[in-house]
Amino acid sequence: MEKDSLRQVDLVLIGGSAGSLEVILRILPDLKYGLPFAIIIIIHRKSSFESTLTDLFGSRTGWLVKEAEEKEDILPGTIYVAPADYHLLIEDDRTLSLDFSEKILHSRPAIDATFQTAADVYKRSVAAFLLSGANADGSAGLHAVQKAGGLTIIQDPEEAEIKYMPVQALNKLTPDYILSKHKMAELINLLGNKG
Amino acid sequence: MFELKVVQDDEIKVLLNDLLELHGYDFTDYSKASLKRRINRLFTLDRFPSFAEFRYRLMHDAQYVRRFVEQITVPVTEMFRDPSFYKTLREEVLPVLGTYPVIRIWHAGCATGEEVYSMAILLKEANLLHKSLLYATDINPEVLERASNGIFPLNQMKQYSENYISSGGKQEFSSYYSAKYDMAKFEDSLSSKMIFSTHNLVSDRSFNEFQLILCRNVLIYFDRQLQTRVFELFTESLDNLGFLALGSKETLRFSAVAARFKAINAKEKIWRKIA
Ligand SMILES: C[S@@+](CC[C@H](N)C(=O)[O-])C[C@H]1O[C@@H](n2cnc3c(N)ncnc32)[C@H](O)[C@@H]1O
Repeated sequence: MEKDSLRQVDLVLIGGSAGSLEVILRILPDLKYGLPFAIIIIIHRKSSFESTLTDLFGSRTGWLVKEAEEKEDILPGTIYVAPADYHLLIEDDRTLSLDFSEKILHSRPAIDATFQTAADVYKRSVAAFLLSGANADGSAGLHAVQKAGGLTIIQDPEEAEIKYMPVQALNKLTPDYILSKHKMAELINLLGNKG
Repeated sequence: MFELKVVQDDEIKVLLNDLLELHGYDFTDYSKASLKRRINRLFTLDRFPSFAEFRYRLMHDAQYVRRFVEQITVPVTEMFRDPSFYKTLREEVLPVLGTYPVIRIWHAGCATGEEVYSMAILLKEANLLHKSLLYATDINPEVLERASNGIFPLNQMKQYSENYISSGGKQEFSSYYSAKYDMAKFEDSLSSKMIFSTHNLVSDRSFNEFQLILCRNVLIYFDRQLQTRVFELFTESLDNLGFLALGSKETLRFSAVAARFKAINAKEKIWRKIA
């Protein structure tokens, strides 16, 4: 799947809602170790789901998986999970911050908030994946990533458990890739190989 | 959805500088990503044709400055948010507070007051409200006005009632308010022990000594340096063995005063001043 748009990135973003958990659980075990970037996962869920999510992800990969904490540095080799009920934002100095403002499109964390602020800071060196979901969150964020020169990937709506989120995004932009969940880990691994 | 690049970074600096020079509000040590989102959101929401007009309005229209402050500082809150936190207050903190002749509590950054009414309900149920004083402060006078009315949207009550029950509440939650149209008015006995006042954590000083200070979901908006300043202010404003309660994602750990506190419940972010 080599393409001109492939480049070394410093940050990979993965956002999804209903039906995306299974996709992430499929990606994680196939990730290579020692890739030179961080991964941030934003997934809509009920607050009660809380810390079990980091445990669940941690059990599928040797990467360090942790809940994102405010003012913490974004370090390569780490998977950060946006905490329930806060928006996760990226600061200019590549640290994380949390925000308890209104829900966006009924969502907190909102994929848009993280994607937009990440695009603003990381520009070309970010890759953003938008997965299955039943709501329109993520489209604006993905668009911001694209406008800043970042790489955009949308899960193939044909196979997404819930098409709505990918379809909304496809109405708004033409991504670099429309991918099956089986191909996503491979792409992420490739992003680490470019120098 | 608004875009993040309508107001540029250097323009935001200009605005923050104006606000400080002309109106005395210092947002320069706030976390930038949130500020940037809030400012771009407001600019889009209020349909300004240009940055120049936005700036002019903020320089000359005091009414609009109030709106700006209200919108930038995220006045979002809930009753019994994080029920397990309130359960810990009931079980581990109130029994200690009950041993004092007068209980002074400070809610710093109380927004529209939902947290303060939740606390008053806890105190009432522990039979401590009659000897308590709840100081509720915020930078934003508009939210304090609303807080003092104790009127909240009725459509939130189902959620709040569920939170209340999981916090260990045993009463009928609806017995604390009367419903009128689409609003719920909380009973006056709860607010009778509340004192509302503006207080800016960035620039104002300590004004009393407390046995419990709650400052939840405010410090996430401050950079580390400003957090440190505020922690010093709290340390100074707490009785010996007083309690400090932060939001579920906030911590004292990185601050210089950490050594003077002992975590009594790390998960619920409650500390006790020990030195
Ligand atoms: C997200 S609300 C938190 C409300 C409540 N404590 C809670 O946790 O639900 C943040 C509040 O902090 C207030 N705030 C922001 N900056 C402040 C400052 N410098 N001094 C005092 N209050 C401030 C805002 O006006 C807002 O009402």
